[in-house]
Amino acid sequence: MITQMTHVSIHVLDQDRALDFYSNKLGFKVLKDVPMGNGDRWITVSPPEQPGFEIILSPVTRGQFSEETVKTLKSLVEKGTFGVGLFTCIDIFATYEELKAKGVEFTKAPKKEFYGTEAIFKDDSGNWFSLAQLV
Amino acid sequence: MMNEQYPKIYLYRRLVQAKLFIDAHYADPIDLDNIADEAYFSKFHFIRMFKTIYRRTPHQYLIYVRIKKAGELLKTGMTVSDTCYTVGFESLSSFCGLFKRMTGITPSACVIQHRELKAQMARAPLAFVPGCFAERNGWIKK
Repeated sequence: MITQMTHVSIHVLDQDRALDFYSNKLGFKVLKDVPMGNGDRWITVSPPEQPGFEIILSPVTRGQFSEETVKTLKSLVEKGTFGVGLFTCIDIFATYEELKAKGVEFTKAPKKEFYGTEAIFKDDSGNWFSLAQLV
Repeated sequence: MMNEQYPKIYLYRRLVQAKLFIDAHYADPIDLDNIADEAYFSKFHFIRMFKTIYRRTPHQYLIYVRIKKAGELLKTGMTVSDTCYTVGFESLSSFCGLFKRMTGITPSACVIQHRELKAQMARAPLAFVPGCFAERNGWIKK
């Protein structure tokens, strides 16, 4: 029986920039920042009220991919191909205004849907997330 | 976006500005009454709205930000007393008490804990990475 999801990996173009985005703009907590050699770091962050859920900021160059695969992956991330997940918040209008003030790019302003009110934003690499205040 | 779906934009912007003001000026002696004035709210209404959105009153939020920043500074190796005054507290004892109440450990314990964690990360980085990721990333052999 599966009980919980504890780690999810997202592809980022630049770890330092992603760390700044997730910690300083989204306000996430940095859980791990471990040097792994060759300039790579094991960095995980979590939403402030969900410390058991680690989002791994994984550089597109990580792993044993071919150069061509890395190039394709980088291009897909940049193009905004990947929708990674949905974050919830207490008040979507306040959160939307705050993130916008911090320079976060939204591709959809808050809109009422049958399940709540939802907006869509992109991270600094191009990954997109839904931001919702659920009913 | 329809206007009726986003009716209180002015109100939200004022509250967010107040929150961002605290984020930026937490180390200064902030007069929270002034923030309410600048937001053009009555003090009572401002505190109530702020708490609805951020789950803390402006004063509680200011303390929360100061303690959070203090934790970050302590991890950089700053001394407890320097940290205390840098984040805007005027009394070392009240800083230490609040820090312990909010984080569960004293500032000195936080320094020691982080130092040990950092040494452990340098000594055995793979202990912090789930094995499947370490293997997939080529950090350990099958």
